[in-house]
Amino acid sequence: MDIVLQQLVNGLTLGSVYGLIAIGYTMVYGIIGMINFAHGDVYMVSAYITAIVVALLSFFGIESFPIIIIGTLFITIAITGAYGWAIEQIAYRPLRNSGRLSALISAIGMSLILQNYVQISQGARQQGIPTMLTGAVRFDVGDGFVQITYMKLVILLVAFLGMGTLTYIIQRTKLGRMCRATQQDRKMASILGINTDRVISIVFVIGASMAALAGVLITLDYGAFDFYVGFIIGIKAFTAAVLGGIGSLPGAMLGGIILGVSESLFAGLISSDYKDVFSFSLLVIILIFRPSGLLGKPEVEKV
Amino acid sequence: MSNAIVKKSLLSIAIAGAMGASVLAQADVVIGVAGPHTGAYAAFGEQLWRGAEQAAKDINAAGGINGEMIKLVKADDACEPKQAVAVANRLVDSDDAVGVVGHFCSSSTMPASDIYEEAGVLMVTPASTNPRVTDRGLSNVFRVCGRDDQQGDVAGAYIISELNAKRVAIIHDKDTYGKGLADATKSALNNYGVTEVLYEGLTRGEKDFNALVTKIRSVDAEVVYFGGLHSEAGPLVRQLREQGSKAIFISGDGIVSNEFAAVAGSPEYIDGVLMTFGANPKSYPAGKAVVDNFIKSGYDPEGYTLYSYAAMQVVVEALKNNDLDPIKGADWLKTNSVSTVMGVKDFDSKGDLKVSDYVMYEWDNQGNYAQVN
Repeated sequence: MDIVLQQLVNGLTLGSVYGLIAIGYTMVYGIIGMINFAHGDVYMVSAYITAIVVALLSFFGIESFPIIIIGTLFITIAITGAYGWAIEQIAYRPLRNSGRLSALISAIGMSLILQNYVQISQGARQQGIPTMLTGAVRFDVGDGFVQITYMKLVILLVAFLGMGTLTYIIQRTKLGRMCRATQQDRKMASILGINTDRVISIVFVIGASMAALAGVLITLDYGAFDFYVGFIIGIKAFTAAVLGGIGSLPGAMLGGIILGVSESLFAGLISSDYKDVFSFSLLVIILIFRPSGLLGKPEVEKV
Repeated sequence: MSNAIVKKSLLSIAIAGAMGASVLAQADVVIGVAGPHTGAYAAFGEQLWRGAEQAAKDINAAGGINGEMIKLVKADDACEPKQAVAVANRLVDSDDAVGVVGHFCSSSTMPASDIYEEAGVLMVTPASTNPRVTDRGLSNVFRVCGRDDQQGDVAGAYIISELNAKRVAIIHDKDTYGKGLADATKSALNNYGVTEVLYEGLTRGEKDFNALVTKIRSVDAEVVYFGGLHSEAGPLVRQLREQGSKAIFISGDGIVSNEFAAVAGSPEYIDGVLMTFGANPKSYPAGKAVVDNFIKSGYDPEGYTLYSYAAMQVVVEALKNNDLDPIKGADWLKTNSVSTVMGVKDFDSKGDLKVSDYVMYEWDNQGNYAQVN
């Protein structure tokens, strides 16, 4: 029993991070119908920025964890957001009116550029940052125990706050209405006076910010990263986005959590060798019965 | 038809001859240094390069090989088998290398060694410990490190007789090296009549092993044996400690890197981690001058640096005594001993060292390792 509970906790924290990154894939797909393969690498860039900011903050003698995490979050999100904006300007905007395939190739190119740029500028070595927050809460369950580090609690809290804030922005604010209108019909939205180019830029910035949120949390928790770290987690987050229904915001979050929890439970109760096989089989099965994902809307051909 | 083939092959022999002549004319002996110079395991590539580069410098300063200078070529395989094949082809085709120091990961060394054999290039790996590297009967493959079955025996014996552990979890990274090492330890343990309580793989490149850690906890393992590299061992041991497991963590020579502590987040997490590795390469009297030289230049010759230096010496000795013929050199190595910075090395008919010297090391809470007495 304690083991199942512990695996649920493991899965929830992992899944909430998948969900944060999946948001970037799903929002970009929803608004311009392309898969931004450079998104995993945006996450990777944010891990490096996190480490640099943490190093700078401790250089200036700031030791308190709440200040470090809040400072790191703000600075990293701002810089990573700028990366998201620049990537859109450089790699995708010039291809706005060409086919989807060109944009896809451009995305893969962007991903390679980011990886190699970081590798050259920061070195290929494994990087690590020291542990910021130690300690854990421990619950006794039956004759075993469930142990959750404070950092995991911070991850859950911040991730769900982030998702909640984003949902509020999209559902309730003027900016959110503009995003949704652009997603439903870009031409009509622009006829009605929405600057759709700006909306698309903003969507890229939002996606990058969410990836940065995940980057800060994961980097502070695991401490280790390298220039290739965006690849696996990017693939997982993309799977989560497809699982939940690509284009759907709640779908991305739900997909992330389902993927994280099922992966953890499978690895923990059956075999960790085949956990990826299991997650991708799950994806296949869901796509057979719901081709547009759990919360995705079937695509209607507009005539 | 057959005539045409004969003509073609005659032509190609002529071309090959001409190219061979041009190599001799250059008066450079090209030796490749192959390993993960980039990628997640680049720290090991750096050790290889530092050792080989210093060896080449020292040998050239002492007059080179029969008067010809060594020219090193860096070949980056990133520990990817596919890339290893590509760089091996490049080394033999366009760089005309006669010898190779490398590769690092066993999974890269094996496919690359087939290409070197075909091209008649001598390969000495400083670090690939998987038994199948030499067990496949290639004539040109040597190593100056031990084998995983020897390493597994040392680890198994230590777990049984020193730690008195009965509940052992064995984890590997599903790669040739990691799984081979884990299997060697597993069979050593099984020979002592201990069956592991858990045997699982993790995915290289991931950082979250919490699910696996919980599973290790659930089987009440006293000892966790990990076959793999430091980039996965670091997060794994950290997450074990974070979830409150006090199991003793043992691994092999794949975690010998000063980065191990950094990757684990803090040296305190790796306090007490055990690993098998060759007897301190810095302790040989024969290598004292070289070690001092390294330290003077501001580089601590950690991990495989001196192995790489020794591998270069082996390649050079074989070439020097056989008129730069790598094929004759390979035969020569099997009957002659070579003195290196790590003492005198003798090879058996497969290319393995006749004597291996694995011992147990322990990491402390400062991120350093020392031999366990």
